Amino acid sequence: MKQIITILALCMLNFSFAQDKNARATLEVDGVCGMCKERIEKAAIKTKGVKSAVWSIDTHELDLIYDARKTNTDSISKNVAAVGHDTKFILATEEAYLSVDACCRYRDDQVVKDHESGDVK
Amino acid sequence: MKYTYRINILVLLFALPLFAQAQESLTGVIIEVLEGKEVPLIGANVYWLDTSIGTITDENGKFSVPYSKERKQLVISFIGFETETLKVNSNKPIRQVLKSTSNLDEVTLSAEKQTTTKSYLKAANTFTVTNDELLKAACCNLSESFETNPSIDVNFADAVTGTRQIKMLGLTSPYILITTENIPAIRGASQAYGLSFIPGTWVESIQITKGAGSVVNGFESITGQINAELVKPTKDHNFFLNLYAASSERLELNTHFNTQVSDKWSTGIYLHGNTHQKKHDVNDDGFMDMPLYNQINVMNRWQYTNPEKGIVSFINLRYLNDGKQSGQLDFNPDTDKLTTNAWGSEIDTERIEGSFKLGYVNPEIPYQSLGFQMAYSHHQQNSYFGLRIYDIKHESFYSNLIYNSIISDSRHKIKTGANFTYDHYDEFVQTIDYERNDNSVGGFFEYAFDNLDNFTMTAGLRADLHNRLGFFITPRLHMRYTPWEKAALRASVGRGKRIANIFAENQSLFASSRQINILNSGGQIYGLDPEIAWNYGVSYLQGFNLFGRKADITLDFYRTAFENQVVVDWENPYEINFYNLDGQSFSNSFQFELNVNIAEGLDLRAAYKYYDIQTDYNVGKRTKPLVPKHRIFANLGYELLGKNKLAPWKFDATYNWLSEQRYPDTSLSPDQYQLDEFSPTVGTLNVQVTKVFSPKFEVYLGGENVTNVRQPNPIVSPEDPFGANFDTNFVYGPIFGSMYYTGLRFKLD
Repeated sequence: MKQIITILALCMLNFSFAQDKNARATLEVDGVCGMCKERIEKAAIKTKGVKSAVWSIDTHELDLIYDARKTNTDSISKNVAAVGHDTKFILATEEAYLSVDACCRYRDDQVVKDHESGDVK
Repeated sequence: MKYTYRINILVLLFALPLFAQAQESLTGVIIEVLEGKEVPLIGANVYWLDTSIGTITDENGKFSVPYSKERKQLVISFIGFETETLKVNSNKPIRQVLKSTSNLDEVTLSAEKQTTTKSYLKAANTFTVTNDELLKAACCNLSESFETNPSIDVNFADAVTGTRQIKMLGLTSPYILITTENIPAIRGASQAYGLSFIPGTWVESIQITKGAGSVVNGFESITGQINAELVKPTKDHNFFLNLYAASSERLELNTHFNTQVSDKWSTGIYLHGNTHQKKHDVNDDGFMDMPLYNQINVMNRWQYTNPEKGIVSFINLRYLNDGKQSGQLDFNPDTDKLTTNAWGSEIDTERIEGSFKLGYVNPEIPYQSLGFQMAYSHHQQNSYFGLRIYDIKHESFYSNLIYNSIISDSRHKIKTGANFTYDHYDEFVQTIDYERNDNSVGGFFEYAFDNLDNFTMTAGLRADLHNRLGFFITPRLHMRYTPWEKAALRASVGRGKRIANIFAENQSLFASSRQINILNSGGQIYGLDPEIAWNYGVSYLQGFNLFGRKADITLDFYRTAFENQVVVDWENPYEINFYNLDGQSFSNSFQFELNVNIAEGLDLRAAYKYYDIQTDYNVGKRTKPLVPKHRIFANLGYELLGKNKLAPWKFDATYNWLSEQRYPDTSLSPDQYQLDEFSPTVGTLNVQVTKVFSPKFEVYLGGENVTNVRQPNPIVSPEDPFGANFDTNFVYGPIFGSMYYTGLRFKLD
């Protein structure tokens, strides 16, 4: 009996995190400019269960607050990748990546350099 | 025995996930070069090209990814480093050095920041006047901070009170909600001179909203909202000194001291003093062109910041003592006060106020926050204008509780809360005592929607129960639509209701021989009814590039229509009549504004405004007196960055042109005191040069009205101030003429 309780208790440890209504997570999402920021945040927020999504151009971090009962970082990453932005574990398909504007092609080193030098906003 | 059993289970449960990946792995280490030495690069992304299979390097720079012969390209990337794509032909350990991208030539990005920032995104038509804009025209107090902004009209000061009144969309400041840090400030007794009680150096930035405004701060705003953010102890300089001197012999001094007292508390002491003790009479009418005055103004702020708990709090304490004296040159207050020896006026004000703000932002859920504001002020003004006495004591208490959150996601934001206000007025006007209490309790709800694409909207509703205004609803709606890039199309509609403090708001009319009459007697406020108005407006902002430089144009149209207004009728030169509106009263205003960055460091702002303001007076529909139908504004600013980028020269020139203004009717006056129907047109030019020697020290030199435009006879019947025709209110232009000033600013951090 005690062993069953122990096993159950250990299992509970894993489940207790999933009940968080205001779960916080930070995902790394690649992008390069203000337009990318809008695209990334919009895709994240449109995911059902996501309450707040803020992406930083400098750190490439997407700060999320979401209802863990309704969604998880995988679904959010999938939606962000679907509009063309690479996340750490789910990359955008070639088709999705090419659908972003030319100035937003973050995989292209030249585009990244252009943004850093301030030639492009 | 039991222990080991439990540990075994633990190990099993935690080890389970690892068993799922029993296959070949490709390992390696990623390195960067720091100061010539090779160091592991932690957190670098390592993944197979065009897949989602990857990992990040650990604290030793090491990684391990699943290996399979089909995948040949391994991408290694990290922000700030050149991405490498390696060809992997066999499962051999990898060792890769990533090159830092900062080895490339660094280009300093210096974007030209606009000094007045417009929002392309906000639903309300708000723009922010930053500190840089405030410095373009050395302004000594808040009433002088709108010189370079075409949206706010600044009147010419009359000779007696010496204060400049502001107008927005054609309506005077009582119709604008003026707040300091979102607490209603310039109202009631402080309505007339309140802007001159806030020193310019205490202002960090000003947010100006045209149109009905938000329901969060109250129901009184009709034509717009002006919010002044004051400097904060944690952000202001540790020591700041500003000295100002003008050719009129006006002197001003500002000092700020800010220090951190503990890791959570900071405090600041702000001192302001000004004085003007020289009598001027350039138009030779026997009256001083501007008052003699003294002011001491002290503020102490305490700021508490606790970022871990998400709490910020401010405590403010302020004290003001202001004295003005004006009138005839040979008026001596000691011997001539309230006599007919000479005509003079004194306005003495003493004011104490304290306010407290507490904000809590949930550190885990930053879109949830709670704010509480509380403010108390005690304002005492003792004054006389010739033989007329006007004393007012105004005690005011304001409290507001605001809760911010979202509905389902951050596209739907809500603000809701409640507030309680209390005002006690005690006025002595000539020979009559007016005393009253006003109090109100209200709740509000505001919903803000942002579709993250091209549309935002703010819809607010307030319900208030007021002891004199009854129970009423105040709706406000703002919308913004972006039809194409860099464009914003805005519309707003809203209602406002307020009590007209007829004496406090029209004090300058006391400086005349007019008889003051209140024609209604049934209402709750001096016998009159509350003022109610609807404001509607549309605005279009378009940003564009002109020869590769930033520019924008704005077109605004607003209409304010009064359901009821306390009409201030001075169409009869012997009377001032206050009465409830019977008929129509409206203000239509149209503004066209252009901002262009012409060349490096050279900015032009130009605007044209058209006003159509009409009221049904007892004598019929007339346009509002002393309001020009057309106004033109232009400001040219140039910043010259010499060899030392930290020591620029700044030049500013501002030109204002007003078309003719209708004088109130003087046809009942004897011939020699009659005025034309319209005043002449007026154009004034202000210039200023600032030299920044270092981030610590700058000096400025400027001139107001450098073309010396003057209204020759601002006072009617100055030779007989106690006669029936005396009036100091027919002012359409500058009285004093040109004035030059200089000053310095010294900062220590």
